[in-house]
Amino acid sequence: MTIPSAIESHTELAIEPGVAAERAIEGRSTWQLAWMRLRKDKAAVVSFVVIVLIVLMAIFAPVVASLTGHGVDQQFRTTGLNGFGQPVGPNGTFLLGTDDLGRDILVRIAYGARISLLVGVVATLIMVAIGTVLGLMAGYLGGIVDSIIARLIDLVLSLPFLLFAISLVSVTHPGLAVVIIVIAVFNWAAVARIVRGQVLSIREKEYIEAARSLGAGPLRIMFVDVLPNVLTQLIVYATLLIPVTIVLEATLSFLGLGIPPPTADWGQMIAESEGVYQQAWWFLVFPGLALLVTTLSFNILGDGVRDALDPRLERR
Amino acid sequence: MSGDVIVRATDVVKHFPVQSSSLRRGREVVHAVDTVSLEVRRGETVGLVGETGCGKSTLARCLARLLDLTSGRVEFDGHDITKLKPRDLGKVRREMQMIFQDPYGSLNPKRRVGSIIGDPFAVHNVASGQDRRRQVQELMELVGLNPEHYNRFPAEFSGGQRQRIGVARALALKPKVVICDEPVSALDVSIQAQVLNLLADLQQHLNLTYIFIAHDLSVVRHVSDRVMLMYLGKIVEGGPSEEVYQRARHPYSNALLSAIPLPDPRAAQERPRIVLVGDVPSPIDPPRACRFHPRCPKAQGRCVEEEPVLEPRLGDPTTHVAACHFPVAEGEDLTMARPTLSEEERIVEPTMVATPGESGEKELP
Amino acid sequence: MARFLLRRIAQGIVVMILVTILVFLIFFGSGSQIDVARRLAGRNASQQTIASITHRLHLNESLPAQYWHFVVQLVWHHNLGYSYYHTQPVSTIIGHAIPITLSLAIGAAVIWLVLGVLSGVTAAVRRGSVMDRVFTGLALFFYSLPTFVLGLLLLFLVYFQLAKRGIRIFPGQGYTGITSNPLKWLESMILPWFTLALVSAATYMRLTRGSLLEVLGEDYIRTARAKGLPERRVIFRHGLRSSLTPVVSQLGIDLGTLVGGAIVTETVFGMPGLGYTAVTSITNQDLPVIIGIVIVASGSVVVANILVDIFYAVLDPRVRLH
Repeated sequence: MTIPSAIESHTELAIEPGVAAERAIEGRSTWQLAWMRLRKDKAAVVSFVVIVLIVLMAIFAPVVASLTGHGVDQQFRTTGLNGFGQPVGPNGTFLLGTDDLGRDILVRIAYGARISLLVGVVATLIMVAIGTVLGLMAGYLGGIVDSIIARLIDLVLSLPFLLFAISLVSVTHPGLAVVIIVIAVFNWAAVARIVRGQVLSIREKEYIEAARSLGAGPLRIMFVDVLPNVLTQLIVYATLLIPVTIVLEATLSFLGLGIPPPTADWGQMIAESEGVYQQAWWFLVFPGLALLVTTLSFNILGDGVRDALDPRLERR
Repeated sequence: MSGDVIVRATDVVKHFPVQSSSLRRGREVVHAVDTVSLEVRRGETVGLVGETGCGKSTLARCLARLLDLTSGRVEFDGHDITKLKPRDLGKVRREMQMIFQDPYGSLNPKRRVGSIIGDPFAVHNVASGQDRRRQVQELMELVGLNPEHYNRFPAEFSGGQRQRIGVARALALKPKVVICDEPVSALDVSIQAQVLNLLADLQQHLNLTYIFIAHDLSVVRHVSDRVMLMYLGKIVEGGPSEEVYQRARHPYSNALLSAIPLPDPRAAQERPRIVLVGDVPSPIDPPRACRFHPRCPKAQGRCVEEEPVLEPRLGDPTTHVAACHFPVAEGEDLTMARPTLSEEERIVEPTMVATPGESGEKELP
Repeated sequence: MARFLLRRIAQGIVVMILVTILVFLIFFGSGSQIDVARRLAGRNASQQTIASITHRLHLNESLPAQYWHFVVQLVWHHNLGYSYYHTQPVSTIIGHAIPITLSLAIGAAVIWLVLGVLSGVTAAVRRGSVMDRVFTGLALFFYSLPTFVLGLLLLFLVYFQLAKRGIRIFPGQGYTGITSNPLKWLESMILPWFTLALVSAATYMRLTRGSLLEVLGEDYIRTARAKGLPERRVIFRHGLRSSLTPVVSQLGIDLGTLVGGAIVTETVFGMPGLGYTAVTSITNQDLPVIIGIVIVASGSVVVANILVDIFYAVLDPRVRLH
């Protein structure tokens, strides 16, 4: 806005406050209000910026590689390993040091961010999608549908996730798709339970009966009338699920059941550092730090989003 | 005002199962509506009156087939709609609309007003895009809302304005019958009149038929051509408004009418006031025969033996019916009367504590 | 109450049946019968072993029939299967691993309860204070820290850095039985305990703080204060008691899950508990052991859930109705 126009709108506001106020109120949705509150939350803003940086690092991982001149799987046996064949620490060439095979840790962390974010976001989206649809159906349709879905939720919640994930991975071949599916299949139930609980109270609202009296079918009511009312909760929950998913993926990879080598992956890098990190701390610390910063940022942002969307839940 | 019948209910019964914690009590049901018959003629306003929990809202929902009937029959515009499957109810849904009690609860807080009012168009796939927007804005104008507020959320409106939104939504598809479920009882008195006048104007304009539910008798008197008084799931008296208000025959009607607040405090003080003794019995185990007998100042042995039918009493015109063996004559004073039947003579099974109200349980199709 | 119990147990049994079906489908339903037999026989199995497995587990019959035999073995003969890799019954292997997992889980639970509940109460009572911010921040930190990263960092900082300087308080990895050398056992447990406990303590801190704050906002707390009760009494007698309910139920579920093996912690510290055994069994392709552990672990979660529900039902009679 240029200065003259700002003054103009200011005078307009002075002369006709009613009109200006009206314009300000027009269509200010929950989202806009939440966004305004979120912008005032310093911790959330910082973590958001950090997440954006990590995303940029993931997207531009090849640029990081070309800037350093080190390919992601490239092994620098002469420059990247010392005389005893051990990794070299952070220096001018390898900013974050090298791993046991003489690969550049910085480049591998940048590429690893791709896996972490991809799995974190995609698996979370799948979980939220499955959980939302089943939770909506159970909560709104009730009856036998609810009984079946509720039992299914109970079942999935009582499965020890890591053991089942290990079992499933052991009879298939580890890989990106398997990891995403395994995480999603065993973790949608918590989402479904939350959605179901919300829907149970929403379906008693008069506006749902109003929709029925207009002739809206169950499908329309579930997605047009009920869903928008659970959306805030879902968004908060999804933000907080992303770091959980990232940790799950890293854990699977750490156990050797996630993304198979040589693909760069944070959990797997940490696993590879075992037995070497006593001499090469950077091999453990930097991938660990990348993982921590990512999950911490998502958690702080998630708390901020929750406070912003639901100001009644005072800042806790 | 008399025209052809547009809604006819015959012996409508609606029972709700009680969610009982133990199996011992077996299948208990709330007798929300018990063998009720009524006719609504095109263009008139029928008032359904009664205390909270008397079954008036349940009855209205049965008429609109928002609930399945336990037994009985509902006809709409000459067609039996009692057994229609949800997907065949489309025409009924278009032509019979509802206006709800709670102006805060009946509008989806997450949707914009334009989308709420346009919902009927979307559901029935009639107008879309610019056409829908134009029609919605016309509706907003019709009910006295500023069409420019199309994109606002319900939270940005006052209670009266919200109720106008509800009215606009109900009128979107040009229905024949509108069921008004206590449309003004949640509003300030000053706003009530505005909304009632709006409803009256719209009725004239659009040739609407209203089924008007209320517990406020003065409101019903103001708007209704005919009234039906309900008590514990049954109609106890019905007829042209003025007729019923002037010459109520049922002791319960008399008690209700004597409780209408009067604007003149002196008149209010002089007026005889009938105070009923006891509470409304549980609709799970309603009293035998005449349901009013445990509290009735005129009840006698016959009231426990034989259920009174709805018929003209004391030489009333055929349109004015009451279900009472001992109707109240003009000038009769019931103020000092106490229930005539002793505790032993009344037949009411011991009741459970829970008395689910009319909105307690809803069924979904 | 009896009806509630029966219903809850029936639900638990249904879940267990579904779990066995799921396990069965994962391991027996995928691949040809030879694949399955070979998988179960482990690496380097002879033709003879494979043939005997095929016969013993009725692998040449239809899937439902196989499942039936599987369940009969499990329920009537309490037979979890046989590990051809270790040439031992699976139940023996699990029997050796359970005490290790239990000592890890219980010790860690004590630590995280003390840390989590104390810091949670402090933070809630002094809401908005520096203490509150510090505890909340720490909780967020540990909550975000993956267990294996924490474990390795602890090993690196507390063990290797000290060991390099000649201070050997903690053994690095491995496990000493409590019966063979109690002191060594304690030493070997400390790092795993804290690894497991710090991550969980963060959850419990957040849970305690949130729930206590919620309770302290209730009317009856205001009444207690208005009566002039000392603040300490208000918080501990009236507030804490009801706010600990979610903490106890979380504890039940966490312990139930942990009995199935603290996979990550056990792996990091090389403790041969159930979790580590499961992971090594994957590497060794010793599937009967994994099947056994999955069933034992699921059973423990189901039992823990039932116990938590009973705990709730005892506290709040309304729960029994649903």
